[in-house]
Amino acid sequence: MSRAWRWLSSQWLSSRECGVYHVRYESAMGLRPRPAQRFRLALFAAVLLVFPFVASSYWLDLANQVAIATVGAIGLNILVGYTGQISLGQGAFMAVGAYGAALMTLEWGLPWGPSIVLACLLTAAVGAVFGLPSLRLKGLYLAIATLAAQEIAEWTVTHWTAVTGGTEAVVAPAPRLFGQRLNGGFEFYWLGIAAAAATALFAANLFRSRTGRAFVAIRDQDVAAGVIGVDVFKHKVLAFAASSFFVGLAGALTAYYRNIVAWERFTLETSVVYLAMIIVGGLGTVRGSFFGAALITLLPALIANAGRALRDVAPQVATQLPYVQQAVFGVVIILFLVFEPKGLSKLWSNVKDYVHVWPFAYRRGESHGS
Amino acid sequence: MDVFLQLTVSGLSNGMIYALAAAGFVVVYKASDVINFAQGDLLLLGTYLVFFALAQVGLPWSVGVLATVLLAVAAGVAVERAVLRPLVGEPVISMVMATIGLSSVLQALVNAIWGPSPQSFEPFLPQGEVALGPAVVSAGRLLSIPIALAVLAALGLFFRYARDGIAMRAVADDPQAALSMGISIPRVFAMAWGLAAASAAVGGIMLANVVGVSPSVSAIGLRVFPVVVLGGLDSIGGAVIGGVVIGLLEVYAGGYLGHGLSLVLPYVVLVLVLMVRPYGLFGKEIIERT
Repeated sequence: MSRAWRWLSSQWLSSRECGVYHVRYESAMGLRPRPAQRFRLALFAAVLLVFPFVASSYWLDLANQVAIATVGAIGLNILVGYTGQISLGQGAFMAVGAYGAALMTLEWGLPWGPSIVLACLLTAAVGAVFGLPSLRLKGLYLAIATLAAQEIAEWTVTHWTAVTGGTEAVVAPAPRLFGQRLNGGFEFYWLGIAAAAATALFAANLFRSRTGRAFVAIRDQDVAAGVIGVDVFKHKVLAFAASSFFVGLAGALTAYYRNIVAWERFTLETSVVYLAMIIVGGLGTVRGSFFGAALITLLPALIANAGRALRDVAPQVATQLPYVQQAVFGVVIILFLVFEPKGLSKLWSNVKDYVHVWPFAYRRGESHGS
Repeated sequence: MDVFLQLTVSGLSNGMIYALAAAGFVVVYKASDVINFAQGDLLLLGTYLVFFALAQVGLPWSVGVLATVLLAVAAGVAVERAVLRPLVGEPVISMVMATIGLSSVLQALVNAIWGPSPQSFEPFLPQGEVALGPAVVSAGRLLSIPIALAVLAALGLFFRYARDGIAMRAVADDPQAALSMGISIPRVFAMAWGLAAASAAVGGIMLANVVGVSPSVSAIGLRVFPVVVLGGLDSIGGAVIGGVVIGLLEVYAGGYLGHGLSLVLPYVVLVLVLMVRPYGLFGKEIIERT
């Protein structure tokens, strides 16, 4: 048992560099340069492939929500985690994507594929415009400006009745591929994970590129970034556009998955939930966006399940359930901020490190708790 | 004309409540550079604490108001100690999210304890109507204006003359210099949150009297942002002016224009102010910028 465990940990679970020699920059910069990483990725992909065939429709629905949330969270992370620009306008951008996609299909009769792409481009353009104030505003001023943008967008959606239908929901036609409806739990799953995987791949590659590194440089020290030749303003606007593109994608996917576009889905609360995802998952990491999206999406469902289980024992629990969910949401954010500001992504690294150095408590030459 | 007067009085009294909430926001921002998304929930807490003290425990109103303010101060200090103290020096986004998390917890607590429906509350401010020229306005609303002004003036005097108030200004100005002069920064931060909660509690007490006791009070937390940005993030005087302007703007927009414009116009003002004069009317002209 011990030997098997040692073999498994040394070969496949650990993040060790040992035995892997990079002789070319291309291989050192590779997305997944180490066999252990590729193995874990393959394992994860296998689980994703098998999951829809064994899961109940309830869990499929949750998985689809997680997939959409992952797309949105990666989009937000490009802006907040990687470029350091705080945005409370996530809900507004998702609304642009959702209404854009649904209305293009309804009004112009576009098929769902082109309408999603166009909606994403539209959201990117809107995001770039929203990003213009970032030329002058930084930090909390930008946060307040995006808060205002969110409120103004909400008002526009609910009062521009001629286009959005006001407070009444817009019904989006179901997406079809080869005559097959794609908005059932099982069918949409493939669309959802394809979108999430493509988004993750793009983001991971973006930050290996010159543009992505410029984003990170702006986050870390914008003045220094400007001094070494990064066009700060251009890259800030670009970050807003790139981020909004995926946020718009998340919105468009929501529209086609739910078939209904209602403004209640795109309020300030939505912005806050997505910010919570990337805080809890880990700012500036792609895998953290997925972890955070999964945790924040599943947490209320798990609490609801626990509440249902307790209903027979303590019937008064049911009425308090929404408040328990709300309180847990807040407490989770605060606990992560205080105890693990780098989020679930760092916890996952800790797990890998633990396996790697087992049976020792920490790496040689590393101080405890660093 | 009488409509105009009525709107003006209710705008002024709304504006005073905004000013009280905004003053608490400003105090926290000045001392510790934290923008507080939970200010509306401190207001909510104040509203329900006074409801608890007066309607549920049955204290006389003077004792009840005092107890409410003291409890709110205790809550503010506890929040600072538990949530904000460990995050000193963290990036802005962490502070923003911490106060958002706090707001979620406070709302959940109030809803879980007192339920989601509005409570009936017997106001202790006089309820009669006062003829003000051609207009008839409620006495409670009229009275809430001088009360709020008195509280805000006391806050201003505290910063101007009191030893602790001067210490808070010193920390706001230059934390390291203040530290080297023997000022305890944790104490100042705790005091800032205590004051913010107290100011919000007074606002909450007035809300309970004028509007009623319901969970929707916490929405005012977001109305605070146009107020403080207009007045300047670090100016209490600015909070008063900003509160009055935004309060009036809202009721005039609601009274004369309709279309829910009263909800959105304050934010349009906010954006304009940020574009033209980001430090607001009375703020320090130091702004983070590239």
